[in-house]
Amino acid sequence: MTTTLPVAAAFQHEYIPTSPPPADIRPSPVTWARKNLFSSPFSCLLTVCFTGLAVWLVSQFLSFALINAVWSGDSEVCRANPNGACWSFIRAKLNYLQYGAYPATERWRVDLTQVIGAILIAWLLWRNAPRRNTAALLFFGVYPIVGFALLRGVEAIGLPVIDAMLWGGMMITLLMSVVGIVFSLPLGVVLALGRRSELPIVKAVCVFYIEVVRGVPFITVLFMANFMMPLFVPEALTPDRLLRPMIGTALFSAAYMAEVVRAGLQAIPRGQYEGAQALGVGYFTMMRLNILPQALTIVIPGIVSTFIGLFKDTTLVAIVGIADFLRAVEAARIDPNWAGPTISSTGYLFAAIIYWFFCFGMSRYSQSVERHLARGHKS
Amino acid sequence: MFNKSKLSPVISPENDRETAVELHGVNKWYGAFHVLKDLSLSVRSGERVVVCGPSGSGKSTMIRCINRLEEHQRGRIVVNGTELTADLRNIDSIRGNAGMVFQHFNLFPHLTVLENCTLAPIWVKKMRKREAESVAREYLRRVRIEDKAGSYPGQLSGGQQQRAAIARALCMNPKVMLFDEPTSALDPEMVKEVLDTMKSLAAEGMTMLCVTHEMGFAREVADRVVFMDRGEIVEAATPAGFFTNPRSERAQQFLRQILK
Repeated sequence: MTTTLPVAAAFQHEYIPTSPPPADIRPSPVTWARKNLFSSPFSCLLTVCFTGLAVWLVSQFLSFALINAVWSGDSEVCRANPNGACWSFIRAKLNYLQYGAYPATERWRVDLTQVIGAILIAWLLWRNAPRRNTAALLFFGVYPIVGFALLRGVEAIGLPVIDAMLWGGMMITLLMSVVGIVFSLPLGVVLALGRRSELPIVKAVCVFYIEVVRGVPFITVLFMANFMMPLFVPEALTPDRLLRPMIGTALFSAAYMAEVVRAGLQAIPRGQYEGAQALGVGYFTMMRLNILPQALTIVIPGIVSTFIGLFKDTTLVAIVGIADFLRAVEAARIDPNWAGPTISSTGYLFAAIIYWFFCFGMSRYSQSVERHLARGHKS
Repeated sequence: MFNKSKLSPVISPENDRETAVELHGVNKWYGAFHVLKDLSLSVRSGERVVVCGPSGSGKSTMIRCINRLEEHQRGRIVVNGTELTADLRNIDSIRGNAGMVFQHFNLFPHLTVLENCTLAPIWVKKMRKREAESVAREYLRRVRIEDKAGSYPGQLSGGQQQRAAIARALCMNPKVMLFDEPTSALDPEMVKEVLDTMKSLAAEGMTMLCVTHEMGFAREVADRVVFMDRGEIVEAATPAGFFTNPRSERAQQFLRQILK
C-alpha cells in the first residue's frame, strides 16, 4: 500500500498467469454434496436418515397446516375434520385477537395508530431514507402523544375515552413491546455508563439497581408494579393499570440491557478513549460520537436478543390481568361455540407463527445492520 | 514538502522565546512503584526535544502526564502558561493546545479519515462543518493522504494511519505536538514516510516533544536529546554531544546497545 513511495517503481512486476482450480475442487452442487453430505459411509447414512426425518416432519406439518386445513366454513366443518388446522376459527376471531374488547366502532383508531407507528418505524429503520432526524423527532416526540390520544381518546376532540380494561390482543403486545424497547435501550446505556463511572455514588446506585432487578423474576416485578405500588404511592399519582406493567417491562429490560451494553463498552480499547481525550473532547461527546457507536455495534446481537426476550416476555403481563395477544388466543380457544379437536392446536400454532414472524424480523434487521456497520472496521 | 499555505503559521514570531512545556520536580507512583522521579524539563517554543531511553524508563508516562492522560502526584506541569491542576477547564485547554500522536494511532475506526480529523474541531472548537473539512483536507494534503479522506482507517496502511493521526492532531492547531513512539508499531518500510512527515513538521517550526527509538531522526531533527532511565532524566544534551560523547555510564550503555 506504499503507493506514495517512489521505491515501488523500481520493482519489476511480472504477473504469474492465473490457472483455474482442478475440476474436483471447483465449486459445483455435486462436489459440494460429495464433500459435505457423502464423504464417508457413516455420513451417507446420517444424510439419508436425517433427510428422511426432515421430509416426514415437514410433510406432517404441511398436511396439518395447509393440505388438510379448513380454510372456510363454520365450527361444524372443523369439528368434522380432526386432521387439519381450523383457520376459519382464526378468521372468525381475528378482530378479537387484534383488538381484544376494544369497541368495534372505534377500532379504526387502533389501526390508525399502528399504521402511523409502522410508517415511522419503517422510516427510522430504512437506512437511506431522507430526513431520518425528522422521523426520530416525530416518533419519539409527537407519536406518543398522538398515539395516547387516539388509543385512549380525548372527549374534547370527539374521541370517546376507551377504558384500558377493554384493550387487548395484539395491540397490547405491540404497545408493550414498543414502549419497552424504546425506553429500555437508552436507560440501559445510562445504567451501563453509570456502572463504569468513576464517581462512586453513581456507580453504586447503578450496580445496586442492575443487581437487584436482575435478581428478581419478571413476574415479581409485575406483581409489585400492580399490587404493591398502589400501597406506597398516593392514589392520584398511581399510574394507569396498563402503564404500570409497561414501566415495569422497560425498567426490567433496562437492567439486562445495561449489562449487554457494558460488555460492548469493555471491548473498546483504552486507546479510543485516549485518542478522544487527547483532542480535548469531553466525556459526553466522546461517549456519544466515539465510544457508544463502536460499543453498541459490537453488541447488536445481544441488544436484539434482549429485545426479542422483551417481546416474548410481554406475554407475562397476562398474570396481572392484561389481555395481551397470547391471553386473547387463550380466551378465544376456550369459546364453547368453537369447541373442536384442532381449535387449541390451531390457536397456538397461529400464536407461534405471529411471535416468530416478529422475532425473526428483528433478527434479520439486526443482521443487515451488522453487515452495514462492518465496513472498514479492521484496526 | 509542505507548500506555503493560507493556514496560520504554526509558531508566530512573538512567542518564539516562550516556554511551551515546563516540568518542575514531577513525581508519579503506580502503587508503590516510583515511575517518575523528580523530573524537571523545560521546552521552549519551537524547540524539538527527543526523549529516549530503555524500555520502562518512564518516557511514555512522562509525555502522557503532559496532557493528563496520566495524573502526576507531585510537582508542577505548565503547558503554554497553563498549569495542570485537577481543574477540568485547564485540562481541556491544555489538551486543545497539545496534539498527541500515539504508538497505535488510536484513530476512530468507525469514522472516515476526514471525520476523524473534523470531529474535535467541530465538537470542541465549535467550528462549522464546512470550515473544519476544508482545514482537515489541507492538513491531509500536507501529510499526503488527501486521496484517503473518504476511507476508513482499517483500509489504510500503518504509515498512512499514522499520518492521518498526525493530521488529526494538527487540525486542532496545537502549539505543541507530543509524539509517543509514533513509529514503533509500524512495518520498517513505513517508518520513513512517518518520519518524513514529522521532519517537515519540525521544519515548519512546530514545538515537538517526541519519545522515539529512531536515533537517526533524533540526530537530524532534535535540538536536544533527553535520556531517561528508571524514571529519572539522566542526561539532556544536544544530539551531537549526546551521540558522540555521552557523559553518563547508563547513556553510554544504552547507545552501545541500540547503535550496535
